[in-house]
Amino acid sequence: MAKGSIVAGCLAPHPPHLVYAENPEQNEPVSEGGWEQLRWGYERLRESLKDVDYDAIVILSPHWQTYVGTHFVGVERCVSKSVDPVFPNLFRFNYDITVDVELAQAIHDKAKSEGMSVKMMENPDFRIDYGTIVSCHMVRPEWDKPIVSISSNRSLSYYSVEVMQEMMLELGRSTAKAIEESGKKCVLIASNSLSHRHFVTETNPPEDMSKEHITSHAMHLWDMRMIELMRDGKSQQIIDEMPEFCEQAIAEADGGALTWLLSAMDIPHQPATLHGYGTIIGTGNAIMEWPCHEWSDE
Amino acid sequence: MSGEIIKSLIVPAHPHPVLCPEKNEGWQRIRDAYDDARRQIEESDADLIIIYSTLWPSVIGHQIQADPNPKWVMVDADFHDLGSIHYSLRIDSDFAHAWNDANLARGLESRTVAYDGFPVDVGSVVALELLNPNNRIPAVICSTNVYSNRAETTVLAKACLDVVKAQGKKAIAVSVMSLSNRMFTEPIEPHEDRIHSLKDEEWNQKILEFLSEGRLEDIGQLSRTIHNQIRVKKVVAFKPMWWLSAMNDNRNDLTGNVLAYEPIHGAGAAVVVLDPESNGTGDKEYDEDDVEFYGGDRDVLDIANSEDTEQHDSNSGPALYEPVTGRNTVNSSKAPKPVGAYPHARREGELLYLSGVGPRQPGDNSIPGGPIKDAEGNALNYDIKAQTRAVVDNISRILEEAGSSLDKVIDVTSFLVDMDRDFSGYNEVWAETLGKVGPTRTTLAIRALPTPIAVEMKIIAKI
Repeated sequence: MAKGSIVAGCLAPHPPHLVYAENPEQNEPVSEGGWEQLRWGYERLRESLKDVDYDAIVILSPHWQTYVGTHFVGVERCVSKSVDPVFPNLFRFNYDITVDVELAQAIHDKAKSEGMSVKMMENPDFRIDYGTIVSCHMVRPEWDKPIVSISSNRSLSYYSVEVMQEMMLELGRSTAKAIEESGKKCVLIASNSLSHRHFVTETNPPEDMSKEHITSHAMHLWDMRMIELMRDGKSQQIIDEMPEFCEQAIAEADGGALTWLLSAMDIPHQPATLHGYGTIIGTGNAIMEWPCHEWSDE
Repeated sequence: MSGEIIKSLIVPAHPHPVLCPEKNEGWQRIRDAYDDARRQIEESDADLIIIYSTLWPSVIGHQIQADPNPKWVMVDADFHDLGSIHYSLRIDSDFAHAWNDANLARGLESRTVAYDGFPVDVGSVVALELLNPNNRIPAVICSTNVYSNRAETTVLAKACLDVVKAQGKKAIAVSVMSLSNRMFTEPIEPHEDRIHSLKDEEWNQKILEFLSEGRLEDIGQLSRTIHNQIRVKKVVAFKPMWWLSAMNDNRNDLTGNVLAYEPIHGAGAAVVVLDPESNGTGDKEYDEDDVEFYGGDRDVLDIANSEDTEQHDSNSGPALYEPVTGRNTVNSSKAPKPVGAYPHARREGELLYLSGVGPRQPGDNSIPGGPIKDAEGNALNYDIKAQTRAVVDNISRILEEAGSSLDKVIDVTSFLVDMDRDFSGYNEVWAETLGKVGPTRTTLAIRALPTPIAVEMKIIAKI
């Protein structure tokens, strides 16, 4: 069996506003559009991935928050409705998701063998979190690839950013090894925004773009700094600066997804491609791609 | 019609007492305590259960469940292996909408939600499943805003009380929460369960000591300390005691009864019942600003670009004084502090004379509708109608403190700093409020008032 590989890594933020603005048939609310800069960014990402051959999407979402270790969905077909508890007016999405349980179990087992606290989620009534659904839909709206859904272990809440990163670095390594041993080609998604300070009021309609902007200049500076580091291939520096980033930008990377992604790609020095940047209800969102399939085995 | 909070509860949010109480003696004791609390509710004349859940975070203000019958299957994000809870709840939709309106009237951002498939949080599901099986009593559920501070949470409770009183409800107030919330980060066997650390245990015991003495307001004041000491910094901070304390008029002499206290996966789980009857010790001091209206500090990051005129701070005004006390004086903690040595009001015979009342808010001294000028004296845009409404609200509070009310006002002298600009808006609010009462009125144009406000009223009322 040929070795499996990560063919692309993506930073793919999940504000439900993006799916709302797309008006897919699965989502109940109807919009007049909005957040086009980001949606066009996702278009560019999809175009970039169009000819890439892969078997599964592996995603870590901060909206499945677990406090007792890292969990993996272990139900092969998940059919239900996801309603965002924060923005239910925007996101009520009827989903039918196929899960690559075999790969999920393999990553689970590998992480467990490395000493991590992990658990398979096998309750058929469980609802997939909206972060996973939004990011996956925006990356692959055809829903023709099975996914591996990984929870966000809130170790930062219990310990510190440093401990969170240690755990996510290990989970990333375990993920890469399990994928390699599986023989599968995978796209990895870190489903998170950058700066994450929201506005606490909503415009009417929510897609009124005349009111959309970053919450503060400081948040903008942090977002641009992180994007530049990604574009320059300075992954280690991102990890080094993560504590300050999480604290000062209230960054959603505190859920571990970005660190996990960088680790799974072996802390790449290759530059990432920026497909789009925009704000959503004041938070900073970048769509980035690391085209690993183009990298040589140096 | 006058409603009231007839009982308050603190209950844990974990699903174990519903799904597997038999696996651990402590979990069973929590379940038994839940059953005891349920019986107490059933034996009361309660007609509404109000849930403030720390497991339903919100960003756009507070959200209130208004679907008359939310139903789905709840699976816990961590403890999914314990099973599922099928819920079908009975929500008092009218109360939910009225609470939302009351929130808006008190300056809060708020909205109702009523969507098929909305994921009611595990804490609310567990609490209603055990306290209110078969939906005997309608309920209402409110989220916890991730950014809300004490003032906002307090005003949220007061808005809720407005509706409880207006609708004549006999309500049970429920905070769904853990005490210490640090769980074990790895799976444990049920028999291994214990409070995560000695420090957590000691703080939990102190909290329970206060609650058993009915010192709810003291716990509210300690919330920030408790949060720092024994609360893992999850999405929502330790806010429920602010809410529950305000739901009980920030009292410290309630009658408290701790029905159970046990660990659930390391976290401190307690079932506590607080009755409004005084425990006989007398209320203790109240030493944090009470807040009636939310002045707003929520757009601080956006203020430089804001053209909004509402809720600017007016700290640059003259010094504030404690109201003068003495024979026949009437002072209210719910009214703004004087800018000189005088009381809020004075009784003479059957009449009540109020000192000039402006729109400044008690506590933070903010001016609804915005100040008329900044600290450098530069003119600002402001909302005269918002200022006038705030004046009337302050008058109402002082009158109520004296045992009078707005409908007993007999004479008003009004002062406007810009008659041409403001008379129309002032007159409009007058017509909606005091105009319906019918006192005599004189309106004067004056050059300035001591603080950067546009309107002030001098009142004579009957007691």
